[in-house]
Amino acid sequence: MAANGDGKGGALLRVEGLCAKIDDNEILKGVDLVIRPGEVHAIMGPNGSGKSTLAGVLAGRDTFDVTAGKVTFEGQDLLALAPEARAAAGLFLGFQYPVEIPGVGNLYFLRTALNAVRRARGEEELDAMDFLALAKEKMKLVELDPAFGSRSVNEGFSGGEKKRNEVFQMAVLEPKLAILDEIDSGLDIDALRVVAAGVNALRRADRALLLVTHYKRLLEYIAADRIHVMAGGRIVRSGGPELADELERTGYAWSAEARPELAAAGA
Amino acid sequence: MSTAEQLKELTEQKYRYGFVTDIEEDRIPKGLSEDVIRLISAKKGEPEFMLEWRLKAYRHWLTLEEPGWANVHHARIDYQDIVYYAAPKPKKQLGSMDEVDPELKRAFAKLGIPLEEQMRLAGVAVDAVFDSVSVATTYKKKLGDLGIVFCSFSEAVKEHPALVEKWLGSVVPHTDNYFAALNSAVFSDGSFVYVPKGVRCPMELSTYFRINAKDTGQFERTLIVADEGAYVSYLEGCTAPMRDENQLHAAVVELVALDGAQIKYSTVQNWYPGDAEGKGGIYNFVTKRGKAMRKAKISWTQVETGSAITWKYPSCILQGDDSVGEFYSVALTNNRQQADTGTKMIHVGKNTRSTIISKGISAGKGQNTYRGLVKILKGATGARNYSQCDSLLIGDKCGAHTFPYIEVRNPTAQVAHEATTSKISEDQLFYCRQRGVSEEDAVSMIVNGFAKQVLKELPMEFAVEAQKLLGMSLEGSVG
Repeated sequence: MAANGDGKGGALLRVEGLCAKIDDNEILKGVDLVIRPGEVHAIMGPNGSGKSTLAGVLAGRDTFDVTAGKVTFEGQDLLALAPEARAAAGLFLGFQYPVEIPGVGNLYFLRTALNAVRRARGEEELDAMDFLALAKEKMKLVELDPAFGSRSVNEGFSGGEKKRNEVFQMAVLEPKLAILDEIDSGLDIDALRVVAAGVNALRRADRALLLVTHYKRLLEYIAADRIHVMAGGRIVRSGGPELADELERTGYAWSAEARPELAAAGA
Repeated sequence: MSTAEQLKELTEQKYRYGFVTDIEEDRIPKGLSEDVIRLISAKKGEPEFMLEWRLKAYRHWLTLEEPGWANVHHARIDYQDIVYYAAPKPKKQLGSMDEVDPELKRAFAKLGIPLEEQMRLAGVAVDAVFDSVSVATTYKKKLGDLGIVFCSFSEAVKEHPALVEKWLGSVVPHTDNYFAALNSAVFSDGSFVYVPKGVRCPMELSTYFRINAKDTGQFERTLIVADEGAYVSYLEGCTAPMRDENQLHAAVVELVALDGAQIKYSTVQNWYPGDAEGKGGIYNFVTKRGKAMRKAKISWTQVETGSAITWKYPSCILQGDDSVGEFYSVALTNNRQQADTGTKMIHVGKNTRSTIISKGISAGKGQNTYRGLVKILKGATGARNYSQCDSLLIGDKCGAHTFPYIEVRNPTAQVAHEATTSKISEDQLFYCRQRGVSEEDAVSMIVNGFAKQVLKELPMEFAVEAQKLLGMSLEGSVG
């Protein structure tokens, strides 16, 4: 356990002064964020404000260079871990654009992932039969047809199917923190309902969610405890659920006006 | 360690089969001449017709030039610097597996193919070719009861000379090409299969080739004849120890599928590819061809991960009406490996059909070429071909090349060709890793996914081996 008391009873995720760049472009310019177990946070903000970059940096995407700051996950230095070790520690990223892997069966992929994570945690691997039973049960959560199991990972899936598949994977991998990056983008209202219902069914006292979204619409289906507004690579405002309503009325223009130095930086 | 460094390390994994077995050998001096050929023939106690055939091939070979059209580059081969015959010295006549040299058995065990295990568990009959001479043939009795002949080529020459004389060179004549002519002159052993009319061979027949001795060329010759309505599935696996010199492997495989017969021929080739700088490794110059008569079917499946240079085009002559040819191939080149491989589908009969699925994987500084010919002759009314050639690039220093040749002389023919080139992307790798899969396993999974269409054609136990081999031979992609 870390000296700050994070971990059990403390913060699950603690982000302090996080700065990151891609090539020579500084995108995150000092992000601070604390998430405790069981909490649901939403990060909103205009395009280019750094929301997806934050999600990518937390998950370990190596196209970004972290230039300053620190991130701990249950008190452990998250930035020191390889992406697969972060997954094993219990961090899940639902992708805005889930990636296609031709020729690799959806369930085969997920079983490989689950068993890799279980191995890393010192747990016994699931055999094919047990895994299949688990997968079947979890597929129901997002109304995925069992035929999806044998199709190649995300190949030829519709936008809605891809997002449902992300939530299905989350359900099987049972993370402590799920970062869902624009899980609502490209979904019609029915698909959004299914995805949101799946996510809600996975809410637990020991599991936190970080929703990254552009629109308040998602928050009508998944209630967030804390809402943060990101602009110019920083969290410029945080508040309760009421903040979302305010944003709905005023848009994001104020976020740049409130911090003119950020507007110049090209938020 | 950065991704690039990890990939570098992963793609430079050491060759696992690089051990040398210390076995007493009977070898003749380097070089090639009529006298050497007479010596080989005499050592093998061959009948006169074989010697004549060898000499005919040798004289023809002398008139030929080594071909230079393939998209591969290597120093000139000095054919006088090669030992053309090396055989483990037999201690005595081998009657059963128990009598096989224990050292040899250990070598096979290291290769992961313990014969006893295979005999007992897998039900695979193995004809092991070790430096050109068959060492043990198993399951002979069971096959014999069905009238199936499965033995070393030398034995077939002695026991079944009429069959050999009738079919040898009937698909790949001694004049066929430079390497086939050389093979015809000097081949030291190989496998022979004959499946009689209407018989379905009840087990996969398997041969493991392994080059052990230094400076030897391995020139094996395989001849498989499936009589009318017969069926046989044949597996071939190859490995070689690590040596600094390049070794030549010029094999010939001939398949004859008579009316209504089916031959399925599967290869997993893992010859030593040379080191990361391209030193050493096998030159694999192979001629493989099958002839399919009326309603017959020939199916080639190959997984080529080894050899410094691979030059082979398992082909089908679709002679009879309604005959079918198939070619499924995965060729992987890493480091400085070069592969120029593909197939020829020659449609002669009416309503002949062929399918070509080729998957080329290039990594490191590997160069991978698909070269294929689909030829529809005048009389091949209603012939159809479908070709699909996909290339996967791993990193940015390798190359993929596709040379499809299509010649159609009959207006009713339908020929379709599709080709794609892709890379393993950073996004795919990150997606896998975010889900908990290590980079190494992710690359292996993506490569196997790419090759799946071909791997599923392999017999089960071979498919598992091939999957491991692909994972082992390389992993990684820099997007």
